[in-house]
Amino acid sequence: MAKKWYMLTVIGKDRLGIVSHVTAALYDGGCNLGEATMARLGGNFTIMLMVQFDGSRQALLQQIEPVVQSLDLHAHVNSISAELHHHLLPDVRISVYGADRAGIVAQVTTALTEAGLNILDLESDVAGSEQEPIYIMTIEGQAGEGMASLQAALDVMADQGIETSLTAIETMIA
Amino acid sequence: MTVRDILLHPSPCLKQVSEPVLTFDQNLQQLLSDLDETLAMAPGCVGIAAPQIGINRRVVFTDVKQAKGSQHGRLLLINPEIIRHEGMVRGREGCLSVPDFTGNVIRAETIVVQAQDGAGQQQSFEFSGFEARVVQHEIDHLDGLLFLDRLVSRRHDLFRRKNYRDTQG
Repeated sequence: MAKKWYMLTVIGKDRLGIVSHVTAALYDGGCNLGEATMARLGGNFTIMLMVQFDGSRQALLQQIEPVVQSLDLHAHVNSISAELHHHLLPDVRISVYGADRAGIVAQVTTALTEAGLNILDLESDVAGSEQEPIYIMTIEGQAGEGMASLQAALDVMADQGIETSLTAIETMIA
Repeated sequence: MTVRDILLHPSPCLKQVSEPVLTFDQNLQQLLSDLDETLAMAPGCVGIAAPQIGINRRVVFTDVKQAKGSQHGRLLLINPEIIRHEGMVRGREGCLSVPDFTGNVIRAETIVVQAQDGAGQQQSFEFSGFEARVVQHEIDHLDGLLFLDRLVSRRHDLFRRKNYRDTQG
């Protein structure tokens, strides 16, 4: 029987060696790793990692428990059905920035979703100074109803002090 | 004419520097027609290099449609060399030899290329935008490089500095 896939989420205050210690513990436990996103967010290190493992959810957590304890991390495991080798190609990129305030992400993504965008990837940063923070976000996705529809949605944002730019992503296969 | 199998990474052929074409003979014509045919059968594909069908010779075909801003259409480049380049632009690339993965790569925006045609005649071309990207991707294949060797960060549009290893010693 094929091994089961799990999604492992790990967070903790950033320090040296989190990735190597967590992945070494998984390897020692006979796990196979799949796709992953890892990033430092606000001084915390975050991991979202596909893990293929023979045993139960509890057994997987036990496998990394010593590392979780010693590095003061929090780990969470979900059983998932995984689909590899079927990546969706984004055809648009939207970059957004504006003075940081509550609601930017909700406003922009609601408008874009209504205009037909399927979001495949979203990353954001808070930059600027502590006194005047700016919010910067990059979204990639598929424009289900075309670019004009997305541009019209973004034009409304400009009136609210949110700068946006919409670019087509043309993927070259050669 | 034969449609050849496209080699996939990690085939060693894809990481070798290919040899220049010195004789424009029947063997070369056979390679050209095989490459041409193989490219024609690859859906959505805009270029192919000889190493991708297992022949380490400096031959590429590009085929960018006019709708994508092609200035040259279907084009054969033998022993191509980039003699001038200008500008830098990021774009997303994939490769027949690396299925189900695309990534961001920085390429020159405009290039001037010298190359020979099927009869060995020297020619010079200027490419820009999407077509310039295709030509650079293909010429990389002749030097044993995949777009994977040139990926830039997903999160930040950083221009890569020289590899650390290349700056040593």
